[in-house]
Amino acid sequence: MNTLFEAMPFTGYVYPNETVLAWTVLIVVYPYLTGLVAGAFTVSSLYQVFGMQRFKPVAHLALLTSLCCMLVVPTPLLLHLGHPERALNAVITPHTTSAFAIFGYAAGFYAILLILENWFVFRPHIVQQAQRKKGPLGWFYRVLSLGSYDLSEKAMRYDRKWIFALAVIGIPAAHGLHGYVGFVFGSLKSREWWSSDLMPAVFLFSAIISGTALLIVLYVVSCRLRKVPVDLPCLKGMAYTLWGFMMFTLLLEGVEFASLVYRGREGIEMIMEYVKGPLIVPFAVLQFGVGSLLPLLVLSFMIWRGITGKVLVAGVAASAFLVLFAVLMMRWNVVIGGQEIAKTGKGLLEYHPLVFGREGILAAVAVVTAPFVLLSLMVRLFPPWAHDAKTA
Amino acid sequence: MAVKAVVPEAHAATGPTPPPAIPGYDWTQHRWGFGVDATKCIGCLRCVEACKRENDVAADAHHFRTWVERYVYLEGEDKPRIDSHHDPVNIEASGSEGEYRFANRYKDAKVEKAFFVPKLCNHCTHPACVQVCPTGATYKTEDGVVLIDHNYCIGCQYCVQACPYGARFFNERKQVTDKCTWCYHRITKGLQPACVEVCPVGARIFGDLKDKQSPISQFIRNNRTYVLRPESGNAPNVYYVGIDKDVV
Repeated sequence: MNTLFEAMPFTGYVYPNETVLAWTVLIVVYPYLTGLVAGAFTVSSLYQVFGMQRFKPVAHLALLTSLCCMLVVPTPLLLHLGHPERALNAVITPHTTSAFAIFGYAAGFYAILLILENWFVFRPHIVQQAQRKKGPLGWFYRVLSLGSYDLSEKAMRYDRKWIFALAVIGIPAAHGLHGYVGFVFGSLKSREWWSSDLMPAVFLFSAIISGTALLIVLYVVSCRLRKVPVDLPCLKGMAYTLWGFMMFTLLLEGVEFASLVYRGREGIEMIMEYVKGPLIVPFAVLQFGVGSLLPLLVLSFMIWRGITGKVLVAGVAASAFLVLFAVLMMRWNVVIGGQEIAKTGKGLLEYHPLVFGREGILAAVAVVTAPFVLLSLMVRLFPPWAHDAKTA
Repeated sequence: MAVKAVVPEAHAATGPTPPPAIPGYDWTQHRWGFGVDATKCIGCLRCVEACKRENDVAADAHHFRTWVERYVYLEGEDKPRIDSHHDPVNIEASGSEGEYRFANRYKDAKVEKAFFVPKLCNHCTHPACVQVCPTGATYKTEDGVVLIDHNYCIGCQYCVQACPYGARFFNERKQVTDKCTWCYHRITKGLQPACVEVCPVGARIFGDLKDKQSPISQFIRNNRTYVLRPESGNAPNVYYVGIDKDVV
C-alpha cells in the first residue's frame, strides 16, 4: 500500500478516485473556527452596536476571542493545501467564478477590521501601559499606541464612534464570511448532501450559537480562574441568546433535511441508508440528541423555573459546552458525511482519520486549541475584564 | 499552418507561466471530442494500463485518469452489480493494486445482461471544476480540453469535489490535482490519446469535431449518442453509445 494516502473502505459502488478522501478533518475544523469568529463577534455587537448593557462584561472578551480565532482560521486551510507556498495565487490571480477565490479578500478585510476594532477598544489600556511599563513590554505598548496618548473625553468620544462604525460594518462582514463558507458547500451540485440553498443560513445560525456558547464557557471559566462572581444578568442574556438562535438553527436544519428527503432526487435511497446507518451515532445521538436536544431542554427548564445562582451557572455552562460539541459534530457530518456518500449514488465510504500527520486528528486538535492558547496570552496583554469609565 | 502560441486565456493576463508554444499547432483550428462505444468494449483494460504508463499515473487502484466499470444484471435482480479496479475482489484477482483485471466472479451466476463502460474526464463545455478553481490553475482550452497547470495549482481539491463524474484525483507525489487530458501532449502532435491507440476493438473514438470526416464526427453522426449526467448542466463532451439508464 502506498503510504502517501489512505484508501477508504466502501460498500456498493463508488468511483475509484473517490476512495481517497479529498477534504479531511482539517476542513471540518476550518468552518468550525470561522463560525466561532462570527458567533463571538455577534455577542460583542449586542453590546457595541445594540447597546445591550447586560453583555458589557463579555463584550471585550468576545472581541478578543473573535480576533484570536480569526488569526488561526487560515491555518487548517494552509495545512490542507498541497502547495501552501502557492496559497497567495488565489489572491494575486483570483479566478472570479470561484466561490473560494473571495476567501483571501473577505478574510483579510475582516481580520483588519477586527484588529482595528480591538485596537480602539483596548487603546486606553495600551496608552496606560505605554506610560507605565518599562523595558520590552513598555516598548511593545508604545509601538502599539502608534504615538497617540490622548485619552481625553473628546478623544474617547472619537474612539467610540470608530468602534461603533467598525462593529456595524463587522456584522455583515463576519456573517458574510461565514455564510460564504456555507455557500462553498451548498453551491456544489455534485453532492446531493451538500447541494442546498439553505446551507449558508444553516452555517450562519450554527455559527452564532457556537460563538455564544463559546463565550459562555470562556466567561464562566475566566470568572472561576479570576475568582470573581459570574454576572448573572449577563449569563442569562447569553443563555437566552443561545436558546433563541438554537431554535432557529434546529428549524433550519430540519427544513433542509425535510426538503432533501421530500425532493427525493436521484441517490436519495443511498442518503437514507446512510442516515439510518452510519449517521445514527454522529448525527442522531451526538449532534441532535446530546448536543442539541439535551442543552435545549436544560436551558428551557432553567428559564421556565427561573433558576438562578450556582445551579444556573453550572447548567448554562454545561449546556453551552454541549452546544459547542454539537456544532463541531454538525461540521463533521456536513464535511465528512458529504464525502462518505458516493457521487455515484450507489455506494457509501467510511472515513478513518489518521492520528498523526499533516491532516491527522492531532493536527486538527492543535488547530482548534491554538486560538485559546493565543487568547490566554492576549488576555494578559489586553485584559478584557476592566470596565472603568474610560473603557469604551 | 501558422505557428501560434498556446496560451491559456485564464492566465494570459494574470501571471502564471504559460505552457510552451507547440510548433505548428493552432488551437483555434480544432475542437476535440471523444466517443465511447460500450457495445464494443471487452473489458481488457489495456486502455487503463496504457494511460497509467503514458501519463505516469500512480500504479494503484485508487488513482485513475481513465477506468472501466462493469455492469452485470443477474437473473432475478432489478439493479445491476457494478465494480471496477478498486474492488477488493478484482485487486485479488489481479495479483496486486498495480495490475488491472476483472475477476471472473460471475462464472457460476445466471447473467441476464452485462457490459463494460469506459470512463474518463468529460472535458465539459461548462466544467464545474474550472468554475470553482480559486486560482485559475484549471482552465478550458480553445480546442475544448480541460487542463490543469501543475505549476500553479495550490492543491485545495475544490475541483475534485465539484466534478460529478469522479474524474479528478489528488496526485500525492506532485501535491496537485490530476485528471485525464485526452493526452494533450499527443493530440497536439497529431497522435491519438494513448487509450484510444491501444484499444483492440475500437471502443474508444477520438477526433476533431470541426472536421466532419473525423472518426468522432462520424461516430456522433451515425449513432444516437448519450452523455453522462446531462442534468448537471456541465455539457459533457464524451459521447456514449450502448449504455443503460443505470450507468452512473
